[in-house]
Amino acid sequence: MSDISFVRTEMLPEQAPPASSVGAIGWMRVNLFSTPLNTILTLAAVALIYFVLVALVPWAWSPTWNATSLKNCREILAELGREGHFSGACWGVIQDRWVQLFMGFYPPEHYWRPISAFILLGVALLPILYSDKVPAKMMWFTGLYPFLMPLLLWGGSVWTPVMVLAGFVLAFLVYKFLTEQTGELIGLIAAVVVAVLWWGFFASALAGALADIIPVGLEPVDSRKFGGMMLSLTIGVVSIGFSLPIGIVLALGRQSDLLIVKALCVGFIEFIRGVPLITLLFVASTLLNIFMPPGTNFDIIMRVIIMATLFASAYMAEVIRGGLAALPTGQYEGADSLGLNYWQAQRLIIMPQALKISIPGIVSTFIGLFKDTTLVSVIGLLDPLGLSNAIRADSDWNGVVWELYGFIALMFFVFCFSMSRYSMYLERKLQTGHR
Amino acid sequence: MSELATNRQIDRSKMQVSDEVAIEINNMNKWYGSFHVLRDINLTVNQGERIVIAGPSGSGKSTLIRCLNALEEHQQGKIVVDGTELSNDLKNIDKIRSEVGMVFQHFNLFPHLTILENCTLAPIWVRKTPRKEAEERAMHFLEKVKIPEQADKYPGQLSGGQQQRVAIARSLCMMPRIMLFDEPTSALDPEMIKEVLDTMIELAEEGMTMLCVTHEMGFARQVANRVIFMDAGQIVEQNEPEEFFNNPKSERTQLFLSQILGH
Repeated sequence: MSDISFVRTEMLPEQAPPASSVGAIGWMRVNLFSTPLNTILTLAAVALIYFVLVALVPWAWSPTWNATSLKNCREILAELGREGHFSGACWGVIQDRWVQLFMGFYPPEHYWRPISAFILLGVALLPILYSDKVPAKMMWFTGLYPFLMPLLLWGGSVWTPVMVLAGFVLAFLVYKFLTEQTGELIGLIAAVVVAVLWWGFFASALAGALADIIPVGLEPVDSRKFGGMMLSLTIGVVSIGFSLPIGIVLALGRQSDLLIVKALCVGFIEFIRGVPLITLLFVASTLLNIFMPPGTNFDIIMRVIIMATLFASAYMAEVIRGGLAALPTGQYEGADSLGLNYWQAQRLIIMPQALKISIPGIVSTFIGLFKDTTLVSVIGLLDPLGLSNAIRADSDWNGVVWELYGFIALMFFVFCFSMSRYSMYLERKLQTGHR
Repeated sequence: MSELATNRQIDRSKMQVSDEVAIEINNMNKWYGSFHVLRDINLTVNQGERIVIAGPSGSGKSTLIRCLNALEEHQQGKIVVDGTELSNDLKNIDKIRSEVGMVFQHFNLFPHLTILENCTLAPIWVRKTPRKEAEERAMHFLEKVKIPEQADKYPGQLSGGQQQRVAIARSLCMMPRIMLFDEPTSALDPEMIKEVLDTMIELAEEGMTMLCVTHEMGFARQVANRVIFMDAGQIVEQNEPEEFFNNPKSERTQLFLSQILGH
């Protein structure tokens, strides 16, 4: 006698979940106390946080904002009855030197220049970071910004960046004209040749002549005066801006069928990745001058930027190669079968997807690069870390360590954390798989 | 015997084979390393033909149609597609690819673009069609494959059958004269196969030149005007579908048919 036949006659209504699995209690049960081990770990973590805060908060809560020296700090704390080495922080140093930590030795009457440069940087970044919310016309400003930024920061004649820009315009016109007349490759080569000739022989002479006739410009500021956060930002932003496109080109070159292109890219990437950044910076600060013709004065910040860019782009290339490797071959075949040529396929199909996959790696490289800019302190540039030594050399603040480093760490944290948050936002925005 | 692909009435009035040659393959050979995948292939396809290529896996049928738009390179012989010879000249290859539509087993839609963008991308960038016109044409073909309402979604949100129909629409937007199908239904659930086959039948009814690698023998019977059987990189037998299925000549074909139609 089998009785396996079953027919449901009535459908079950939906019921609310039990109270212990929703709300705050449910959340805690799932996330904090789900097993005995988790309960122990939760309690241990709470204890750890408690002890750290108990040690840290009284130290940080210290009414020394207006102190004029470390000795003054100690006096203020002693009056409150707080004695000993860790009785309280000495915030006076931040109050006294925060402007310097941001601006270095940049002439105070010109502070508006770096400030407006970085505000305009934000404006220039908008169309890139929020391409869906900002009118596309703003890209014009983004395109011009690379010529505006050095003018604002270093000053000098307006005509120098204008002439550099003219080189690009000239190259573009030559490319456009020759591509229509002959072929793409000839147009490209001719454009590069024209641009190099222009910059090498005509640009500086013409800029000088124009500056004599119409002397418009800003007062020059020497690179040695740059310092603090604005130096880190300058190096970081420029290196980040260049390392992504160079990294893309290197990653594509590494996948190329052209043997020599491939060998050059692999050689470059492996060499740069095999050498510590600090070695490259020493090369930039000392050795490079030996190879230059005597008398040339190649700007130190420019040299550092070049080295940091090359360093980051080698890592960038590998990160992007990972993204390229993750794409199924079907995407290449799909693009090929529709008749898209190599560059169209790369630009429209392959790169948007490969870069999207690589976002976490790319942003990690950006953050790493930005923090690596503090290494320039070892070759004598006064970035925030270099400045902290200079500040301690002042007898008033000799011995202040935690407050300075803590403040510098906070400045870097703000920038790095924003980058990290933005990358998460971008990943969510570009998520098209299972929406 | 296999069931028919569809129960709809098929309109054969426009399925006319013209005298114009669409594809010509002469003594074509291809090797993967030292492995001889395609051996001495000779095939002439006229405009308007619907050819089904069948054969066991590894027989080179996919490789053959992938050679026709240079996704694979052939080493010997001559392939002329729509009057253009396939050579190493990139211009020729891009020209042929824009004239020949291809539908893949795994759809190969672009997941970062919407359905509409998938369909307008190539017309805009390769054919330089104005965006508005390209979008109108895309909507026309999406209606034809019966999913215009999905135009603003992403491929990841569609079912397999819908994705494959989008892939067909994407190819059609380039106004190809020849369509290649590389196992278009092999990755689909049984209930989705029918909707894709219906789309393909409609295309055939409009007189499109089609080369299909497929295991859908019902489709071959109803729609094809010629069935080609390949084995070990060679064309073993070709015939009209009725003759091919009812009266296969070669032993290899008989074995193959008994295996796929036997149960």
